[in-house]
Amino acid sequence: MITRNFRIMLGLFFSLFIIFLYGPTISILVLSFQGPEGGLTFPMRGFSTFWFESLFDGVGVIDIWGAFGRSIRLGLVVMVLTVILSLCAGMAFRKHFALSAFLFYATISSLIVPSIVISLGVALEFRILDDIIKYVGGNMQIQWIINDFRTTMGLFTSGLGAQLTWTLPFGLLIMFAVFNRFDPSYEEAARDLGAGPWQTFKEAVLPIIAPSLIGVALFGFTLSYDEIARSSQAIGGLNTLPLELRGLTTTVTDPTIYALGTLTTAVSFCAIFLFLTLFFILRRRTSKRPPQESLPS
Amino acid sequence: MSIPRRLVPLILSLPFATVIFAFFIIPLALVIMVSFWDYNSYSIIPDFIFTNYEDIFYGCIKSLPDLCTSFATYLSSLKFVFIVWLITLFIGFLVALFLAFCVSTLQMQVVLFLLCTIPFWTSNVIRMISWIPLLGRNGLVNSTLQDMGLIEAPFEWLLYSQFSVVLAFVHLYVLFMVVPIFNSMMRIDRSLLEAAHDAGATTWQTLTNIIIPLSRPGIIIGSIFVITIVMGDFLTIGVMGGQQIPSVGKIINVEMTYLQFPAAAANAVILIIVTLMIIFAMTKLVDIRKEL
Repeated sequence: MITRNFRIMLGLFFSLFIIFLYGPTISILVLSFQGPEGGLTFPMRGFSTFWFESLFDGVGVIDIWGAFGRSIRLGLVVMVLTVILSLCAGMAFRKHFALSAFLFYATISSLIVPSIVISLGVALEFRILDDIIKYVGGNMQIQWIINDFRTTMGLFTSGLGAQLTWTLPFGLLIMFAVFNRFDPSYEEAARDLGAGPWQTFKEAVLPIIAPSLIGVALFGFTLSYDEIARSSQAIGGLNTLPLELRGLTTTVTDPTIYALGTLTTAVSFCAIFLFLTLFFILRRRTSKRPPQESLPS
Repeated sequence: MSIPRRLVPLILSLPFATVIFAFFIIPLALVIMVSFWDYNSYSIIPDFIFTNYEDIFYGCIKSLPDLCTSFATYLSSLKFVFIVWLITLFIGFLVALFLAFCVSTLQMQVVLFLLCTIPFWTSNVIRMISWIPLLGRNGLVNSTLQDMGLIEAPFEWLLYSQFSVVLAFVHLYVLFMVVPIFNSMMRIDRSLLEAAHDAGATTWQTLTNIIIPLSRPGIIIGSIFVITIVMGDFLTIGVMGGQQIPSVGKIINVEMTYLQFPAAAANAVILIIVTLMIIFAMTKLVDIRKEL
């Protein structure tokens, strides 16, 4: 048995861990409100929104707001695709199907193969695709390819694909966890009442797993919004916000970068808060809903 | 019209499988293929040569016992892997232990678990640079120590050093250890602990005889995550090491900016082989699929 003293020590350790986890981030949130004369470190020299204003005026040549918009749009697309594809695959994995073991191990590998390798691979894939298109276009005298074609790489082609290799495995693992705990008697009951497969899914399965899908959406959006390693080589000409941010770590030497950090962290926190609220509302509804809402027979 | 039941799972998994195939399996195959290609300063040339691999290990055997660049880089990465693994395992295990066995209500457990998880959903770069105001030359740690008169000159090794790289790794990735271990611990039958108590086991005996063996799957899954992330990293080592510490990921990254794709691909293949060897050894010990 775990003694009382040991529990107290663990509690203390946990508190220190939470300070370790949040402390540094809080320090830059505070420092982003540094006065105009203040620098990258403590002490605070006054309190102002000076660095936020300087951020809104733009940081050097980099189009921060363009990058911000791209990150949000890509995040939303990744989120929707991650939810839909993981849900479908999660349903599929409840039964054995051809190559199911292979797909499972490929998905796990996608999670643990070093990100830089995947980024390199996706970049190569689109580079070779470009070469093929140019070759074919040149040989067959297709005018628009010869004149206008540049690259197939881009935010919503190679960038999207590279990020999905990171978010989909998380989505599938969550679906595994959900369906491992799912009680199939609900489905049997729906079928006994005469519901077809689609109706069973829509009215019995979906409401029960809905909170978990919000969880998948949370992973999809936030992981994409902050993703760097996989998109770094595969994003094409226009960067997302985290990629710009990494560039700024070496060039910007004033608290503007903290202001940007505060802003992007605020966006993450808003998203997390929104998803978690939705999650708990949905979960409460599912657990409270009386089972008498009957299916048409 | 109805689809044969047998085909339903296949069709459902098709979109997912297509994405994994198009953006993971094909790219991986291309990396392997291109690692045998030739290149010049502006293009890559289909070929089947071993030059890229020979370049990586050029002079490595001859110069032994001195380490060539490649060996030194891998050794440096392995050193980080080992240190970060030990620390995250220690912290992750204790945090999971607290969450699983010392929090009495489920609600509190959910709240504290989320508190640990939330940073994972925020930006890694921000979490890295947030150490600058604390560890820099004039950072909080140095200035406090100087004010207290404990040190004369500021510590230089706090930031842009191996220390700050390890610190950032632990800070960023300890969660990958906490979650799987917590998951395993939550599956431990509580009556086992009561039985241990009734049989007069001490805390230490309960830990070593019940909790640690039964959380083994979680420990192994967490270890795989941490080891592979640290092994292939180029961002954390770059930002927190002040671009001074070598890593395999960084070599690949640099070669790509010079458009030396085949050389980068050869390095990537070696990296995968080394990483897979470590994981293979670990998966022999656990079946991931049963543990979720």
